[in-house]
Amino acid sequence: MFYTEAGQFSTRYAADRRVFRLRQDRFALALLLVFAAGVVPLIGNDYWFNAILIPFLVLSLAGLGLNLLTGYAGQLSLGSAAFMAAGAFAAYNFQLRIEGLPLLISFGLGGLVAALLSVVFGLPSLRIKGFYLIVSTLAAQFLIPWVLVKYGWFSNHNASGVISAPPLQVIGADLSTPVGRYLLTLGVVVALTWLAKNIVRSELGRNWMAVRDMDTAAAVIGISLPKAKLLAFALSGFYLGIAGSLWAFAYLGTVEPHGFDLSRSFQVLFIIIIGGLGSLLGNFLGAAFIVLFPLFLSNLVGLLPPGLIDAGQLENVQKMIFGALIIAFLIREPEGLARIWQKFRARARRWPLRY
Amino acid sequence: MSFLKPIALALSLGTFSLASHAAAEQYFPLQSYRIGPYAAGGTGFFGGFIDYLQHVNANGGVNGVKLTWSECETEYVVEKGVECYERLKQGLNGAPAAATNPLSVGIAYATLDRSHADKLPLITINHGRTDSTDGRVFPYAFPLQLNPYSEVSAIVNYIAQQVGGADNLKGKKIVTLYHGSPYGKETNEVLEKLAAKYGFELTLLEVPHPGNEQQSQWINIRRIKPDYVILRGWGVMNPVALKTAQKVGFPADRIIGNIWSNAEDDASPAGAAAKGYISITTHPSGTDFPVLQGIKKDVIDPGKGNLADPKRLGTVYYNLGVVNGILNVEAVRLAQEKFGQRPLTGEEVRWGFENIRLDDKRLQELGALGLVQPLQLSCADHEGGGAVRFQQWDGQAWKLISDWVQADRALLRPIIEASALQYAKEKGITPRDCSKES
Repeated sequence: MFYTEAGQFSTRYAADRRVFRLRQDRFALALLLVFAAGVVPLIGNDYWFNAILIPFLVLSLAGLGLNLLTGYAGQLSLGSAAFMAAGAFAAYNFQLRIEGLPLLISFGLGGLVAALLSVVFGLPSLRIKGFYLIVSTLAAQFLIPWVLVKYGWFSNHNASGVISAPPLQVIGADLSTPVGRYLLTLGVVVALTWLAKNIVRSELGRNWMAVRDMDTAAAVIGISLPKAKLLAFALSGFYLGIAGSLWAFAYLGTVEPHGFDLSRSFQVLFIIIIGGLGSLLGNFLGAAFIVLFPLFLSNLVGLLPPGLIDAGQLENVQKMIFGALIIAFLIREPEGLARIWQKFRARARRWPLRY
Repeated sequence: MSFLKPIALALSLGTFSLASHAAAEQYFPLQSYRIGPYAAGGTGFFGGFIDYLQHVNANGGVNGVKLTWSECETEYVVEKGVECYERLKQGLNGAPAAATNPLSVGIAYATLDRSHADKLPLITINHGRTDSTDGRVFPYAFPLQLNPYSEVSAIVNYIAQQVGGADNLKGKKIVTLYHGSPYGKETNEVLEKLAAKYGFELTLLEVPHPGNEQQSQWINIRRIKPDYVILRGWGVMNPVALKTAQKVGFPADRIIGNIWSNAEDDASPAGAAAKGYISITTHPSGTDFPVLQGIKKDVIDPGKGNLADPKRLGTVYYNLGVVNGILNVEAVRLAQEKFGQRPLTGEEVRWGFENIRLDDKRLQELGALGLVQPLQLSCADHEGGGAVRFQQWDGQAWKLISDWVQADRALLRPIIEASALQYAKEKGITPRDCSKES
C-alpha cells in the first residue's frame, strides 16, 4: 500500500540507475533528514544528545569506515580504533599548531593522516589474506596508541597524555553546546554517508566487491588488486580517522590513547557484523543496537525498586541478556540487521500479495 | 502484547513515585562501579560514601534536608561514566544534584568541561587532574585533600626525613615504577623537577598496563640498587610488584606505595612478600573513629549497610568513601549557612566546597579527628590539604608509622599555575579574579 510502485516508470537510463529509484524511498529519506536536523534539536535534551545520539552517530561512522574495508573489499581488520586514535590526535595537533585552521579542515587532515597510516598497515594485504591480515592490523592497534603515549609531543606534553577538544567553531558558529555538537556530528556523518554510498556504487566499489568475492577472478578480468585493496584501506582509514576526531571532540571532549584500545576495535567490528557486512544501513542499525540496547536495559532496570537485587549482580544480568540477544539475532539472521530490514522491505513492496 | 504490561506498569509506577517524593532533598548522583577490574575500589568507596549519607539521614539530614542518591554503573569505562553523568545530572525526583564523584581519572577528564557548563562541582578526592587545583581556571573541579603532585612531594619529603634531612637526599637513588597510563605518567615531570632540586638520582621505569609482568623492570632495579622505590601502581600491578621485588631480593620496606597502591587489596594478595611494605594514606584504616562507630550503630547494625561483605568496614577504600562523604556533606552544610536551609544547586554547593575549613575542633565535632586531615580550601586552592601519613603492612593490616607529612606546596604551586594557564589558553578561558569572590 505504502509501497505502491504503480505509475513510477523510468523513461531514461539515468532514472533507472538512481540511488533511490522509488518515490517513497526518497520521501522517507528526506523526511528522516528533516526530522534529524530540524525536529530533533528542538525536542531533544542534553541526555539524548550527549549520551545517545552523538555516540550512536560517531560509532555508525566508524562502522561505515570498517565496512568499506571489510564488508565491501573483504579485507579483515582489527585496527579500527588505532586509526580513530590517529585521526583524533592528528586533528588535535593540526588545530593546535596551525593558527586559525578551520575545524572541519583539521578533521579532514586528521582523516588523511589516518588514511596514510592505514595504507602502510594495509600493505601486507597485497601478500596475505584473511586471518593473517588481522595480525598486521593488530600491530597497528598496538603500535599507534603506544607511540601516542610514548611521545609527549602528540598530546602537547600534557602530563597525563590526555588531549582536550579545541573550541568547536565552524564558520563562526559556536557548536560547543550539546545541540551544536549533535548538528556537527550529524552534518559530517550525513555528508560522509552520501559519499560512501556513491563510492560503493562507482567503479571502485564494484572492484572492491569483485575482490571480496574472489580476488583471483577479479585479477583475471583486469582489476588491479593492489590499487583496489590499498584504496580500500585508505578510504576506511579516512572514515575512521574522522570518526575518531568526532569521538574525541564532539562526543567526549577529551581523550587519551587508551580510550582507543582493542576493545573499541572489537566494538566497531561487532557493529558491522550485527548490522550487516556490505551494507551502509547496517552500520546505523548495528550502532543503534550496540549503543542503545544496553542503555535501554539499564534504564529499564533503573525502574526496579532499589535494593531488590544487588546492584553489581544487576549489571551482570544486563550483560548476559545483551549477549543472549546478540546470539539470538545472529542465529535468526546471520547476515545482520540490515538483511532483516531488506526482507521486510521486500515484503512491504509485495503486500498484500505473498509472492 | 502481554509482555508490555509489566513495562507499562513499571513506567507508571516510576511516574507515580515522582509525585510522592516532593519533600526537600539534596541529591548525590553516584557514578559507581561494582563490576569490572576495579570493582574492589568501587564497592568499597561507594559503600562508604552511601553508608555515611545514610548515617547523616539517620541523624536528621543536613539541617532537616534529607540526602538522597542513586547509582549508575560505569565499570570505570569513560563513555559509560559520561552517559551516567548525563543521566543523573538533572537530579532525582526534583532533588537537585550537589556534586559528582566519579572516582576515575578518565571519567573526571571527560566530564570536566561538562561540569563547568552545567555548574556542577566535580570532586576527585586524592586524584584527578593536578592543575585543576587552580580554582581560578577550574572553578568546578576539586582534587580534594591531595593532588598527584602533592602526593609525590610528600613521599620525597618522607624519604628526606628517613635519611636525616633534605640535604642528605643528594646522591641517593630513587626509582619510580609507574603504571603505563595517563594516571601513571602524571607525576613524572614533577619528580624530575624534585630530583633536580634535591640532587637525587631518579630513574623512571614504566610497567605496561595492566602490570602483571614486571620481571625485567625489577631486574633493572636490582642492577640500579636504589635506596627507595616509589610504586605508582593500580590494581593488579601492586601485588605483582611486591612479589617480584621479593623474587629479586629487594626489601619491601624500601618500597613506598602511592595513594592507589595503599589498600588492603593491594598488599594482601602478595602474602608474605608484602610484609614491611610502606605506603602513603590520607586517612587511616580502622573503625575506632566516632563517625565510623556512628555508621556501625545507625547503618550496619540495623542491616542497612551497603557493603556485601561487612568485614570490609574500616578498610582503606571504605574509609575513603566515608571521608569523601564527610567533605561533600560539609560543603552542603556550609553552603546552606549562606544560601538557606533548603536543597541547593550545584553552583551553591561549589561555594560550600570553596569555603571548607576543617580544623581540629570541627573534626572533633564530626567524629573524624585523625581520619580527615585539617583542610582549608579557597577560590584559588581547590586541594586544601596536601598532607599524608605513612603506613606499613604487618602481614595482616596497615599500621601507621608516621605523623602527617606535608607536601612542599609552595614549590608545586607555580608549576600547577603554569599548567592551568596553558590549559586556559588552549581553551580560551579567562581565569577568575579570586579577590572578587565572596
